[in-house]
Amino acid sequence: MRLGVSCLLAALFATLPAGAAAQPLPIAAGEEVLVERDGSGHYGRRLVVALRAEPRTFNPAIAADAPSREVIGRMTGDLIHINRSTQLTEAALARGWTRSTDGREYTLTLRKGIRFSDGQPFDADDVVFTFRAMLDERTGAPQRDLLIVGGQPVRVTKVDAHTVRVALAQPYAAAERLFDSIAILPEHLLAGAYARGALAEAWPLTTSAGAIAGLGPYRLKEYTAGQRLVLERNPFYWKADAAKRRLPYMDEIVFLFAGTEDAQIIRFQSGESDILNRASADNFTALARNGSARHRLEDLGPGLEYNFLVFNQNDLSGKGLPQIESRQRWFGDLGFRRAVSRAVDRESIARLVYRGRAVPLWGNVSPGNRRWVNASIARPARSVSEARAILKTSGFSWRPDGALLDQQGQRVAFTIVTSSSNTQRTEMATLVQADLKELGMDVQVVPLEFRALVDRVFQTFDYDASILGLGGGDADPNSEMSVWLSTGSNHLWRLGQKTPATAWEAEVDRLMAQQLVTLDSRERKRLFDRVQELVAEQLPFIFLAAPHILVGARPDLGNFQPSVLDHYTLWNVDRLFIQPDGSQRR
Amino acid sequence: MTRGRARALVVVLAALHLLVLLAGFVAPYDPVDQARALPFAPPVRLHVIDADGRFHPRPFVYALVPDPATADGYMEDRSRRFPVQMMVRGARYSVLPGLESNLHLVGVETPGRLFLLGTDGFGRDLLSRLLHGGRVSVGAGLLATLSALLIGMVLGTVAGFSGGRIDGGVMWAANLFMAVPWLYLLFAARAALPLHIDTRATFLLLVTVLGVVGWARPARLIRGVVLSARERTYVLAARGFGANPLYLLRRHLLPHTFGVALTQAGLLVPQYILAEVTLSFLGLGVGEPTPSWGTMLGSLQQYDVLTSYWWMFAPAVALVVTAVTYHAVTSAVHGRIRLVTT
Repeated sequence: MRLGVSCLLAALFATLPAGAAAQPLPIAAGEEVLVERDGSGHYGRRLVVALRAEPRTFNPAIAADAPSREVIGRMTGDLIHINRSTQLTEAALARGWTRSTDGREYTLTLRKGIRFSDGQPFDADDVVFTFRAMLDERTGAPQRDLLIVGGQPVRVTKVDAHTVRVALAQPYAAAERLFDSIAILPEHLLAGAYARGALAEAWPLTTSAGAIAGLGPYRLKEYTAGQRLVLERNPFYWKADAAKRRLPYMDEIVFLFAGTEDAQIIRFQSGESDILNRASADNFTALARNGSARHRLEDLGPGLEYNFLVFNQNDLSGKGLPQIESRQRWFGDLGFRRAVSRAVDRESIARLVYRGRAVPLWGNVSPGNRRWVNASIARPARSVSEARAILKTSGFSWRPDGALLDQQGQRVAFTIVTSSSNTQRTEMATLVQADLKELGMDVQVVPLEFRALVDRVFQTFDYDASILGLGGGDADPNSEMSVWLSTGSNHLWRLGQKTPATAWEAEVDRLMAQQLVTLDSRERKRLFDRVQELVAEQLPFIFLAAPHILVGARPDLGNFQPSVLDHYTLWNVDRLFIQPDGSQRR
Repeated sequence: MTRGRARALVVVLAALHLLVLLAGFVAPYDPVDQARALPFAPPVRLHVIDADGRFHPRPFVYALVPDPATADGYMEDRSRRFPVQMMVRGARYSVLPGLESNLHLVGVETPGRLFLLGTDGFGRDLLSRLLHGGRVSVGAGLLATLSALLIGMVLGTVAGFSGGRIDGGVMWAANLFMAVPWLYLLFAARAALPLHIDTRATFLLLVTVLGVVGWARPARLIRGVVLSARERTYVLAARGFGANPLYLLRRHLLPHTFGVALTQAGLLVPQYILAEVTLSFLGLGVGEPTPSWGTMLGSLQQYDVLTSYWWMFAPAVALVVTAVTYHAVTSAVHGRIRLVTT
C-alpha cells in the first residue's frame, strides 16, 4: 500500500512542468510531523548562498570538508538535534526518547508516516542501517570516533518499525548530543553500495538528482560543476509551521562557489548572494563601513573558538632537536609561562586584530559558551612589572641592554610559528612579539604554510611556540576531550603521552573522565569548572582571544536567527523566507 | 634630454637615497613602535590656523581621538595644539654600526603625534616605516645590483676575451641560470633553512640570491661588447705591438664596457627593488617587525585594508617614484654616454 502511494506521488511530480518548484504536500492523516511552535512565513522564492569552495561529495557518511557539509546538512535529518539557538537538544526524527536508570541505554521512538525526499518511507531499518554503515571501518566516516563510547561502538537495535534501542558500553553524559548531525541514510538507496563495500564511493557529485534522497528540508535538483548547485524543496519534509503548513518556505537554495572569503564578501556586497555565513572581523568592518540597505549585518558576540599561544613541551628525546630541547627549560617553567601571560596585551589583540569584535580570553572556554564557562576564572590585567617580578622569582635576570637571560646566562630568544593564510593569527603573533620584547625576550615570528605548520606541531615537534585556534564544534565539554586528556590527539603542548606527565594533567584526566560518565548536569559543570581552573593556573596554553561570530543576510530575510554554533546562518533554513513586500521585519 | 633636466633627475635620485640613508634622523618615530590606541590613523593634518581662527606661523597638529560617530574613525581633539618642532630628541636609532643618536628632524610633544603618512594596523608610523623600509628595499636593490654586475663583468669579460671553450662554458651557464624557475627554488631553500634567521642574515640572503641569480644578463651583454671590441683594428695593433692581455683589458676593452654596465645598473636597481618587494610580499623577505616596502605592501592583501585605507599604498608610490626616476636617469646617462663615445 505504502509503495502504491509513493508511486502515485512520484507520477504526480513527474507531470509537473520542468523548472517548476515542487509544492509542499498537505499533511496526511497519521503523519507525525514536528510542528514548530513559533515563526510563520511565506512560501516561494529562492535563497542564494556563496560557498567558499565547491563541495566534494553528496555522501553524508564521508563528507569532511565544510562546503560538502554545508550542502548535505540541508538535505539530511538527524534523530535528535541540538537547537543552535538554545544550545539544548530537541526531538527531531525521534519523537521522543527515554534513558535507562544506569544511563547505558536509550530508547528512541521514531516519527510515523515520515518519507524520504524521494517519497519512500522512513523507519527503524534506516536508523539501524545508518549506524551500521557509519561504524563500519570500511566507510571511513568522520563521525565514527564520536560513536565509540568507553572504547566500544554504540549498539543500535530495532525494537519495532518505529522504535530503536541504543546501548552504550558505559554511562555517557549528554549522550543524546551524539545523535546531532548524524544524517539518517536511506537504506533503500544505499544498501547495495554498502553490501559491496563501496559506500565510501557512493553519491559522488556526478550522481543524478533522482538517485539521492534524504530527510532534510531540501533535495538535490541540479549541479553544474564549477558554477552552481541547486536544491529544491523536499515536498515530504517532516516539519510544519505553527499553522500546520509543511515546511520549508523557500522553493530553492542556490549555492554558488566563490573560491575565497574575499570573493564571498564581494558577492554578498553586490547582492549576488543573500547570506554571509561567517566573515572575518576586517571584512565585516569594511562591509559595515560601506553599509547599505541591501545588507543586514549581525555581530553575534563571541563564538566557541579560542586562540592561544602554545609552547612546545613535547618529549623531544630521539628527535635530534637539541636547540629546542635547551629552550624547553623555559617553556616547562610555570613562572615563565605565567610571566608571558601577564605581559600579553589581550585587550589590544581584541581591538587591533579583530577590530574590537573579539573578547580577551584567560581560560579555555569562551564566554560564547554561556552554559559551560567558569565565570570565576581570574582575568588579571596586563602588567609588565608583575611579569618581570615573576621572571625574577624564577631565576631569570637581565643584561644591561635589557635582554632577558635564563638561570644559565642564556639569552631568551625563540620563534612563534603561525599559519601564513591566517592573517589574524600572524597579527596576534606580531603583537605578542612586541609585548614580550618589553620583558627582554627576542621573539621572531615565522608564518608558515598551513600544512607545514601542522606537520611541525603534530609530527616533527620542530618549533618553539605557535599561535593556534581550537574549539568551534559543540558547546559540550565532551567535544574537548581530545584536547584535555593527556592521551588526546589535540593535547598540543605535550602529545603522545602514555601516562600523564604532571600531577595536574593526571587530575584533569580524572575530572574529564568523571564528567563524561556523570549524568547530573550540575555535577558535570562543577567538574568542568575545576578543569578550567586548573588550565588557567597551569597555562599549558596562553589564551588570547575568542573572536565574535559575524554574519550577514539580506534585510528582508524572515526568521533569520543566526547562532554562535555552526551552521551559523542556515541551521533553521527550513523556516527562512523572503518577505513578499520587501519589508525588513524578522 | 637637456643637460639641466638630466642633472635635475640625478639630484632627485640622490635626494631619494639620502632620505633613505638618513632614515633614522628624518623619520619622526621608531618604525616598530606601536601606538596601539591609533590603528589605521589617517595622515595627520598640519594646521596654521587654530580652532579660534588665530594664525600661527609655526605649523601645528592636534591629537587624534576616536570619533564616537564611527566605529573606527578618528577626530581631532582641538583643545590643545602641538607645534611641529625641528631637531627634537626621540627614539634611539643607529646612524652607523656602533654610533647611535636620538636626534630627529621633526617631531611633536606627546600625546600629539606627527603621523605624516598615517599609521598601519598596529599604530606604527607609516612614514618612519617607509623610510626605514627603504633602507632594506633600496639597500637590497643596490647591493644585489653591485654583486650581479661584478660577477657579470668578470665572467662576461673572461668569456668574451678568451673565446673558445671558456666562452662556451660561461654562456651555457648563463643560459642555465636564466632558465631556472628561481622563485620555486627560493621557496624550497627557505623551507630548508632553520626557522630562526635574524634580519641581517635574511637581508644578506636576499642580496646574495638576487645577485647570484642576476649575473647572467649583464654577463652576456658585456661579453658581446668585449667580443666586438677585441676585433677592432687598434686592439689588433696593440696586440701586434706585444701588449699583454691585462694591458689590453685595462686600456682598450674594459672602458668599452662601462657604458653598458652603467645602463645595466640603472635598469637592475629598480628591478631588484621590485624583486625584494615581491619576495617579501610572498613571505620570503625580512620578517616582522622590521619594515621593508614588500612586507608593508603585504597588508594590502586584505580586502578591508585595500579598500579602506588609501595611505597604506604609500610604499607602492615610493616604489613607482624610485623606479621611474632610475629609468629616467638611466636613459639620460645612456644618451650622454652615446654622445661621448660616438
